[in-house]
Amino acid sequence: MSSPSSSIVEARNLTVDFAAGRGSLRAVCGVDLSLKPGETVALLGESGSGKSVTLRALMRLHPNSAKIGGAITVDGQDVLALSPAQLRAYRGRIVSMIFQDPGLAFDPVYRIGDQIAETVMRHEGCSHAQARKRGLELFERVRIPSPERRLDNYPHEMSGGMRQRAMIALALACRPKVLLADEPTTALDATVQIQVLLLLRELQREFGLAIVFVTHDIGVAVEIADRIAVMYAGRIVESGSCASVIRNPSHPYTRGLLASRAHATLAKGERLYAIPGSPPDLAAPPPGCAFGPRCDRFIDGCAADVPENIAIEAGHEARCFRLSALEHGSNAA
Amino acid sequence: MSGTAAELDPRDRGGAGTPLLDVRGLVKHFGGKGGFLAKKTGVVRAVDGVDFSVAKGETLGIVGESGCGKSTTARLVMQIIAPDAGEILFDGEAVGSAALDLKAFRRQVQMVFQDSYASLNPRLTVEDTVAFGPRIHGASAASSIAKAHDLLHRVGLEPRRFAGRYPHEISGGQRQRVNIARALSLEPRLLILDEAVSALDKSVEAQVLNLLLDLKRDFGLTYMFITHDLNVVRFMSDRIMVMYLGKVAEVGPSDPIFERPGHPYTAALLSSMPSMDPDNLTLEAPLTGDPPNPIDPPSGCRFHPRCKMVSAICSHAEPPLSDVGAEHLAACHLANPNSGHPRLAAV
Repeated sequence: MSSPSSSIVEARNLTVDFAAGRGSLRAVCGVDLSLKPGETVALLGESGSGKSVTLRALMRLHPNSAKIGGAITVDGQDVLALSPAQLRAYRGRIVSMIFQDPGLAFDPVYRIGDQIAETVMRHEGCSHAQARKRGLELFERVRIPSPERRLDNYPHEMSGGMRQRAMIALALACRPKVLLADEPTTALDATVQIQVLLLLRELQREFGLAIVFVTHDIGVAVEIADRIAVMYAGRIVESGSCASVIRNPSHPYTRGLLASRAHATLAKGERLYAIPGSPPDLAAPPPGCAFGPRCDRFIDGCAADVPENIAIEAGHEARCFRLSALEHGSNAA
Repeated sequence: MSGTAAELDPRDRGGAGTPLLDVRGLVKHFGGKGGFLAKKTGVVRAVDGVDFSVAKGETLGIVGESGCGKSTTARLVMQIIAPDAGEILFDGEAVGSAALDLKAFRRQVQMVFQDSYASLNPRLTVEDTVAFGPRIHGASAASSIAKAHDLLHRVGLEPRRFAGRYPHEISGGQRQRVNIARALSLEPRLLILDEAVSALDKSVEAQVLNLLLDLKRDFGLTYMFITHDLNVVRFMSDRIMVMYLGKVAEVGPSDPIFERPGHPYTAALLSSMPSMDPDNLTLEAPLTGDPPNPIDPPSGCRFHPRCKMVSAICSHAEPPLSDVGAEHLAACHLANPNSGHPRLAAV
């Protein structure tokens, strides 16, 4: 565990509640997250696990009706205390975000080059010519072919992979310190996905970016991340270095996810391991450990309380009551 | 690979040796005329001369990047859109002929789509959705409902809990089970699964894949399984067809394709899969750039602008499908010893 002073992103006991019907719904229930400059953490989880909600909370993108609890410190600033004006300076300059669908992230009626220039001018107060020059540099950097011409494209004139590169260029236009990535490669073909992942890895090294990368694909997480945090029903249930989590998955949910992957060594016709049931309804979460009803190691005690983190190895921990009773590592799935 | 159930099927006309589905010279081009405000538009060569067959009881996996024509192929087979050219034989009979009209064909071929919500009628309960097909095809109301309940049970949705629910009241995985039950309600012989598990969460995906394996065995089904997920396609398929820009790049039994791909495109596609090994990360992308536009595809071999093995012949001569192993064909000059590709001499 790093001390708060050395980390660029620090979230403590983060909670996010949304109004739902007459009551409210807790999408994130006590997430701790800490990133050093230049580090990549993958938030891995299924739909409804709270991974995107956590990410958006770091940039305060939720509507005002959403209640954010806990503490978020990014680059020394208390994010939850920022005024609207401070927030505008914070977004894009300190932290920026890339999304799954670049078609929605760009305004369809302005040229991409102008949208990048607008961002640079807004944050740095430079001239349009200087800002456009920055846009050109970035287009070259993200390896968009014939960048000069492409700056004058409208979003619909680019292919999916190129739009994703253009969005990365836009996100990096003001040299942010932290990049939040919300499934940026999910909609891409595998051949393009790997190109974008390699590009992000390269840019991270060059700019010293800290990246929080949300994904549902373990393979993608392994390619991009230094650390993996597995989320389930609004909590991080297991976190650790990429190698440690993959080789020694400890939470039953992580084990199940890894075991349920179709992979080359399976014999034809053999059945896949499948986690039974489906993710819980956040409006009525099960008591105690939220994974309990789907867990093959469930005991009565699991429904009594939410499990605390248990250390597996240095920097690798998981929330499961049964872990203390298991011999770690000897029965990897 | 024909299962016993398929052989016993009383609807079998051609016998075990006749493929259930035989597609020859399938072509579909979109656009080309007029366009918006009489602007000239290019012709999208979505499917441009595709031949394949699916044997009784087997699963044919179809993979390729977006725009390669895999979904268009499925829609053409299903007769949702009309082909420009080509012949589709179902168990030896031409589809649309006097021997096999469209309604009879659709009873035997059904499709499951990626978007489980969009493909269900929001105003029909789960039970009515599954019972709809049999009703249209002449079954009584009571027997249709009984059939629906039986199928819901088979796909793991207890009718007592789920029969009266509407699509918005159930989860994505459950909705996809309803779609599968509906597809099975007419007792089809061929099921086309177009990215049917792609939108599901990983833990639910494994459940649905297992269900599909069980149903295939129990009902003696034949599958066309379209996906972009290479791990899943290997797990599900007996044979795999790799498509690139409206053409077949490679086709063959699934293990040889994964272990000894005969087309450089297949090799690149396979090495684009995430490594799953933190000590052995991918260092170089196997392909650069996006898949090219099916408007104005490259001359000769359509893959040549992105191919590492490219030579002069590739840009002007289109490679035919050549043998690279047992029932394993690849459309690459390197697969044909007489093509004159310079790299052949070097080997």
